[in-house]
Amino acid sequence: MAKTILAVDDSASIRQMVAFTLKGAGYDVVEAADGQDGLDKAKSKSINLVLTDQNMPKMDGLTLIKSLRALPQYKTVPILMLTTEAGDDMKAQGKAAGATGWLVKPFDPQKLLDVVKKVLG
Amino acid sequence: MSIDMSQFYQVFFDETAEHLAAMESLLLGLDIESPDLDDLNAIFRAAHSIKGGSGTFGFTDMTAVTHVLETLLDRLRKVELQITDEMVDTFLQAGDVLKAQLDGHQSGGAEVDQQAVDEVCAKLERLARDAAPAGTVAASAAPDQASPHSAEQVYEVRVEYAQDAASTDPQTLLDALGALGRVEMAAGADAAAGKLVMKFATAAGEDEIRDTLAFFVQPEQVSIAPANNAAAQTEDVGYGFFDDVVVPQAAAAEDDGYGFFVEPDAIKSQVEDAQGYGFFEEAASPQPAEVVTNIEIESPARSNGRRTVDDPTVTAAKVGRRDHDKVAVAASSADASSIRVSIEKVDQLINLVGELVITQAMLAQTASGVDPVLYETLLNGMAQLDRNTRDLQESVMSIRMMPISFVFSRFPRVVRDLAGKLGKQVELKTIGEGTELDKGLIEKIADPLTHLVRNSLDHGIELPEKRLAAGKDAKGTITLRASHQGGNIVIEVGDDGAGLNREKILSKALERGLAVGDHMSDQEVWQLIFAPGFSTADVVTDVSGRGVGMDVVKRNIEGMGGRVEIASETGYGSKITIRLPLTLAILDGMSVAVGEEIFILPLTYIVESFQPPQEDVKTVSGQGRVVHVRGEYLPLVALHEAFNMTPKVAEPHRGILVILESDGSKVALFVDGLVGQHQVVIKSLESNFRRVPAVSGATIMGDGKVALILDVAALVRLNRH
Repeated sequence: MAKTILAVDDSASIRQMVAFTLKGAGYDVVEAADGQDGLDKAKSKSINLVLTDQNMPKMDGLTLIKSLRALPQYKTVPILMLTTEAGDDMKAQGKAAGATGWLVKPFDPQKLLDVVKKVLG
Repeated sequence: MSIDMSQFYQVFFDETAEHLAAMESLLLGLDIESPDLDDLNAIFRAAHSIKGGSGTFGFTDMTAVTHVLETLLDRLRKVELQITDEMVDTFLQAGDVLKAQLDGHQSGGAEVDQQAVDEVCAKLERLARDAAPAGTVAASAAPDQASPHSAEQVYEVRVEYAQDAASTDPQTLLDALGALGRVEMAAGADAAAGKLVMKFATAAGEDEIRDTLAFFVQPEQVSIAPANNAAAQTEDVGYGFFDDVVVPQAAAAEDDGYGFFVEPDAIKSQVEDAQGYGFFEEAASPQPAEVVTNIEIESPARSNGRRTVDDPTVTAAKVGRRDHDKVAVAASSADASSIRVSIEKVDQLINLVGELVITQAMLAQTASGVDPVLYETLLNGMAQLDRNTRDLQESVMSIRMMPISFVFSRFPRVVRDLAGKLGKQVELKTIGEGTELDKGLIEKIADPLTHLVRNSLDHGIELPEKRLAAGKDAKGTITLRASHQGGNIVIEVGDDGAGLNREKILSKALERGLAVGDHMSDQEVWQLIFAPGFSTADVVTDVSGRGVGMDVVKRNIEGMGGRVEIASETGYGSKITIRLPLTLAILDGMSVAVGEEIFILPLTYIVESFQPPQEDVKTVSGQGRVVHVRGEYLPLVALHEAFNMTPKVAEPHRGILVILESDGSKVALFVDGLVGQHQVVIKSLESNFRRVPAVSGATIMGDGKVALILDVAALVRLNRH
């Protein structure tokens, strides 16, 4: 059964690119436009990996991560932050929120696939 | 696997255009004294999104601009800095520059004014440097967040410290440096051996750095050298894992762009074991990790990204507060609730419905002659058809209707920029933005409206001193109002400025040899400004005054089947009223007969119609006939003469006179008789035949014959000369 990845980003073009890339590699992809949307979708579907942007309207990435970690079914699911800032503070916050790791934007599709493979296999 | 990114470009272009529009709209609405934090956040996010997207899809020129823009916006939204008018102006200019760059990419490499780009970036950086800190925030602990191109120096700082317990904790050392500038760990550091290598961007001098470090280490343990590259903006490592295990000594070479807080294998096993928490597994890490973890997250060779100051309380408060973001919601829900349709398809549909209406009218005409009792069902059916057709027509017409806000939305920016340029204070009020009109009209009304608004700004609203001297508020108001009245849309452009100056206009008209006199009513005097080349401006500016505007405005509006009226009161202000038919395709008209032909007169121009008594029709030598109506003498135009036809009625007192009014002048049109009042579907004569003077279109009547629609304004004009 294919693994399902939740891609959360308020930019439609980024979401499309990520979805296209991951689907091409055989994963199922669920898209969400902001943290709240992502949380709702995560609750209603079984997700194997979450990719989330940080700056989004309604609910930002860190809050989404914290909210997901508070759900029993998402305590150990890998969550990666997509961030344009690779600074220490953002990483510290991500780690504190419960993220599994990070990926710096802009990234090229191949890198995305490498990272996802590392995590999901 | 290589992916063709260009398939995503169009989405990115559309998305970015929306972000830019949202940015501009929010910026214009900002209150400098107390800016709305939600709005600042939205503006930041817009710039941030553009940066992310442009970076991902390779439009690096835009990434450069948005990066500088975003840096300053970030500080503003975190309330670290005070926002100023100059900043808002510069942000608006940055938006313009980005739009130009976007257009360049979209149309395939058009020329972008690089100088403008550089100027904007330089200005943004200068503003970031010189900006005053926001009153409430203690900025002392915050590292300098100026953009990478600032005038700070970048040093390479090497510190060697002893490993024993008595020596200092590297973290405190880093914190202290952090107060002076930005610290980024650099390659060559070796936590295990007690060696720190950093790139340190600071405005502080070398001595100050040494002084600071002297608290922690011996002077000989410190070496400071200026670094070549400006603040290490290069994010050459693109990722990271929070698990320090993945940080081997040779980590310096890992420019990977991602990272894990937990060992990837551990993740998998965790998931399989369904263990409870256990994310940041430092237990498994070897010795070096302990020292490394003291320095908080980072392993030496990791990403040299910007270190941001993040006030957690501020962020936490803002998160989730924003309950709706119009742009994002509109963009995503637009997929669900609307479809893009090409204009040609819609026009084709309108055309076909027009044909249907004509056919239905013909049927109705034929059916009206049958015996109503015998053909009762047929007549009922016809009545039903009539209703259905009418409904269909209204429905289809409404497809092309759009709210006038599409046109009004550009004016806040126009007013702001122009008022600034002219040194005037002006407030723009818009009323009735939801009023809908045909898309074709929207496109055509934009230019005339812009001209009128610019006129109000330039000639109408006075300079603040003059206004105060006249007892008015220093800030003038321009009002744009749109409403539906009858079958028309009415758009008003009003100002509370100086109003039109009658004497000036009259003297200018005399100068230009126009036939004027003091006897003319105010209305007639105002109409003079519509003469080609007319201008009473003392100085021709690049804004207006050249006198090419008003007559073009009038012609454009009349070309749309509309009319323009002026009202003005010297000292109080002026108001221009534009009346347009709701749709270009349907007309309320009066059909009149001349000879064998039928002509249509648009109802909006008709004042009245009557049969004149013979003695009221006089001939004035050299000027033709006139008719006496209630004290006025109106020129009499015989339609059969105008079109060279044989009338059924040759004498006015046996026919009908229709009084038409246009541009403040009246004319009495002599026709055989009135036929009736109808709503007619306008068919273009020009596209089916050719342009005919004094005729604005044609229609097909119920009996299948063609009737010409008269261009009343042209008729009146022709008659004047």
